[in-house]
Amino acid sequence: MTSATSRQAPAQGETPSPSTGPRPGPRPKPTPPGGAPVRVTGAQSLVRSLEAVGCEVVFGIPGGTILPAYDPLLDSTKVRHVLVRHEQGAGHAATGYAQATGKVGVCMATSGPGATNLVTPLADANMDSVPVVAITGQQSRALIGTDAFQEADICGITMPITKHNFLVTEPADIPRAIAEAFHIASTGRPGPVLVDIPKDVLQETTTFSWPPELRLPGYRPTTRPHSKQVREAAKLISGAQRPVLYVGGGVIKADAHAELLALAELTGIPVVTTLMARGAFPDSHPQHVGMPGMHGSVTAVAAMQRADLLVALGARFDDRVTGQLATFAPDAAIVHADIDPAEISKNRRADVPIVGDCKEIIAELIEAARAEHETAGGKPDLSEWWTQLDSWRDTFPLGYDWPADGTLSPQHVIERIGALVGPDALYTAGVGQHQMWAAQFIRYENPRSWINSGGLGTMGFAVPAAMGAKAGAPDKQVWAIDGDGCFQMTNQELATCAIEGLPIKVAVINNGNLGMVRQWQNLFYGERYSQTDLGTHKHRIPDFKLLAEAYGCAGLRCESRDQVDEIIKQAIEINDRPVVIDFVVGKDAQVWPMVTAGKSNDEIQAARGIRPLFDEDDV
Amino acid sequence: MTRHTLSVLVEDKPGVLARVAGLFSRRGFNIESLAVGRTEHPDISRMTIVVSVDELPLEQVTKQLNKLVNIIKIVELETSASVQRQLLLVKVRADATVRSQVLETVQLFRAKVVDVSPEAVTVEATGTSEKLDALLRMLEPYGLREIVQSGMVAIGRGARSITATAVR
Repeated sequence: MTSATSRQAPAQGETPSPSTGPRPGPRPKPTPPGGAPVRVTGAQSLVRSLEAVGCEVVFGIPGGTILPAYDPLLDSTKVRHVLVRHEQGAGHAATGYAQATGKVGVCMATSGPGATNLVTPLADANMDSVPVVAITGQQSRALIGTDAFQEADICGITMPITKHNFLVTEPADIPRAIAEAFHIASTGRPGPVLVDIPKDVLQETTTFSWPPELRLPGYRPTTRPHSKQVREAAKLISGAQRPVLYVGGGVIKADAHAELLALAELTGIPVVTTLMARGAFPDSHPQHVGMPGMHGSVTAVAAMQRADLLVALGARFDDRVTGQLATFAPDAAIVHADIDPAEISKNRRADVPIVGDCKEIIAELIEAARAEHETAGGKPDLSEWWTQLDSWRDTFPLGYDWPADGTLSPQHVIERIGALVGPDALYTAGVGQHQMWAAQFIRYENPRSWINSGGLGTMGFAVPAAMGAKAGAPDKQVWAIDGDGCFQMTNQELATCAIEGLPIKVAVINNGNLGMVRQWQNLFYGERYSQTDLGTHKHRIPDFKLLAEAYGCAGLRCESRDQVDEIIKQAIEINDRPVVIDFVVGKDAQVWPMVTAGKSNDEIQAARGIRPLFDEDDV
Repeated sequence: MTRHTLSVLVEDKPGVLARVAGLFSRRGFNIESLAVGRTEHPDISRMTIVVSVDELPLEQVTKQLNKLVNIIKIVELETSASVQRQLLLVKVRADATVRSQVLETVQLFRAKVVDVSPEAVTVEATGTSEKLDALLRMLEPYGLREIVQSGMVAIGRGARSITATAVR
C-alpha cells in the first residue's frame, strides 16, 4: 500500500482545520488528520490536505501532469471523485455544489488544455462570487517556460478571473497552499482560487503536518460593520417615504435571509431580489415586489425608479439592474452595504457606505432601526407608498400570452414545473430566455434554491451546475431548466450523472432557436434571423429523447399543453436515473417586461410598446 | 486629471508585479512610472506607482489593488509631504569644443559626469521629474544620444514609517 492517505486514525484533541467554508453544512465534517509530521509524497500531501480541509467531493478529469494526485485519491475514503466528461463541467459542477451547500466547491484538471477548459467556469465563479478551488497539474519545474507538452501558464491566464492563484514550487508548501486557497475562496467576498502544482512537486517526498500556518499578511476582509454607519443608515430608513430594500446575492452568501426577513417585517419596506438573490426573501411574502432589472417586474423596476431611498444589501448596481446609470433611481439616497469595499460607489455613489458581512450588518440594522422607532414613537408610515406599489402590482402583474400559432408556451411549462415540483427543490438554469422565465415564473421561497450564471452569462451552465448541486444535496430534487442551445453545449455531463448516481431532471425548453438572440433580432435587427435557428425543430437533430436514452437517462417529450402536468409528474417519479424532458415550445415567445440595453429604466416595457412609467406623470 | 504617487507594500513573491500591472491595464489606467525594490523588511517589496487619474477612479483602482491578496498596504504620498526622486542617465554629445559648457550645465543641476569619451559624456542626475526634464532641455542643443530613466521612488517626510505599521 503506497498511499498514506486516510490510513491514520484521527488523533485526539486535534486542532480544527483553518477553513472549511463560511457556513458548515448539515453533514458532519471529516476529522482532519493531525499530529506529528509524516513522510509522504507531494500528491499524498495534497489528498491529505483536501481531506483535512473538509473537502467531500472533487469534480475532475485526470491527465499527464495531475496523474500523481489521482493515485492517492483512489484510496481516499473521505474525498469522493466525480469523473466528468469535460473540465468545464467540473468547474460548473463545483460552482453548483458551492451554491447549493455554501461550502467550497472543488475541481481538478491536468495542465494545458485541462486547465484552460476551466477558464470559463472560473470566470463565471469570479463574477458571481462563488467559493471554488481549482487544482491543476503543471509541467515539472524544469520544463516550465519551455513550451513543454501540455504546458500553459494557467496562473497567468486566470489572474484576472480568480480571486487569487498559487503556483506551488515546493512540495512542503502544499498543505499551506490548500489551506490558504480554501480560506481565501470562502471568506470575505467569496471567489475562485486556483492552485497549480507541477508534476515533480507532486512526486517528490515531503512531510505533511496539519494545520499549516496561514501566511496572508495582505488579506484581511472586513466583516464587522462600522456602527456609526449603521446608525446613519437606520436614520435614513426611518425618514424615508419611499424606501426599497435592494437585495443581492451577497445576502445568500452571508446566510442572512433570516435577518433580512426580520428587517423587512420590522420596517415594512418593500423588497426586490436580484437575479442572484432569488430565494433570499420568500416570493410568497406580501412585501416582495419582484426581481429588478432588464427583465424584472414592472413593480420592482418602478419602485426603484421612484424610490427616495435604496438600501442595497450585498448587491453591486450591475448594469442589468440599473439600466442607463445616469437615470437610475434619480431621487434615491443610497445606503450600500457590501463586504467588498471596491463595490461601494463603483457604479453609483453611496450616501452611506457600510463595509461588512451582510449577516452582521442586517442584524445591527435591525437594532438601530428599532432604536429609531422608539425615538420616533413608532414605525414610519409607508401606506401611501404601498398604495402606489399595489396599484403597479395590480396593473402590471407578471404574465404571458399563449403563442398565436397554437404552439406550447415556454412560460407555461416553466410555471407548471415550479408549481408541481415546489419550493423545496433546487433549480438551475442556463442563460437566455428560459433563464429569465425560470427567474420570473418559478416561485422561490428558500435561499440556495435558485442557481444560475448571473454575471458572466455562461450558456451551458445548467446541466453541470445541477450535477454539482445534486452531489451537494442528494436528498433534494434538482431541476435544470435549460434551453436547447445551452443544453447542446454541456449535455455530455448526463453520462456523468447517469454513471455517478446523480439523478437530476433536465427540462429542455426547446424552441429550436437561440431564443434570446432571436428576440433581440426580432426587436432590434428588423426580424432578420441570422444564425439563430439551430434546426432542433426542423430536423429534430439531435433528438433529445433519444440522446437522453443514449446517455442512460430517461427521455420524455412533451409537445402539447394537456401533456405538461402529466409528464412533469412522470419525471418526478423517476429517481433511479436522470430524466431529460424535451419540451417542444414555440419560437416566438418573448421575455417581458424588458428594459432595452443602455436605456433608462423609466422606459421599461411591460409588454411590447407598453411603457407604464413613461405614460404616467402623476407619480 | 492629476498626478498621484502611490506607495504600495507587497509581499516579495513571484508574479506580484504582473498582478499589479495587469490590474492597471485591465481597469484602463496608464502607469506613468513604476519602481520596485526591496525594503528594510526581508519579505516585503515596495512599489512606487505614478498615475495620472481623477480622484474617483483613483479611489476605485486603490480599492481594487487592495483586494489583491499579495498587497499589504497602499499609501498615497502627497508631493508636499514626501520626497520624490528619479534617476536619469543621459549620454550627451560633447566633443572638446562644447565639453566645458556641458559640464557647466551638469554642475548647475548638481548632476555628475560618470563616463567620458572623446565624443560624449554620460551624466547621472537625480531629482523630481520636473528637474530632470529641465536638465534634459538644457542639454538637448548638444545632442542627446541616449536616455535612460528609473521609475520615481518616494518616501514620506518626518519620522513615521509606513512599513513599520504594516508589519506585525
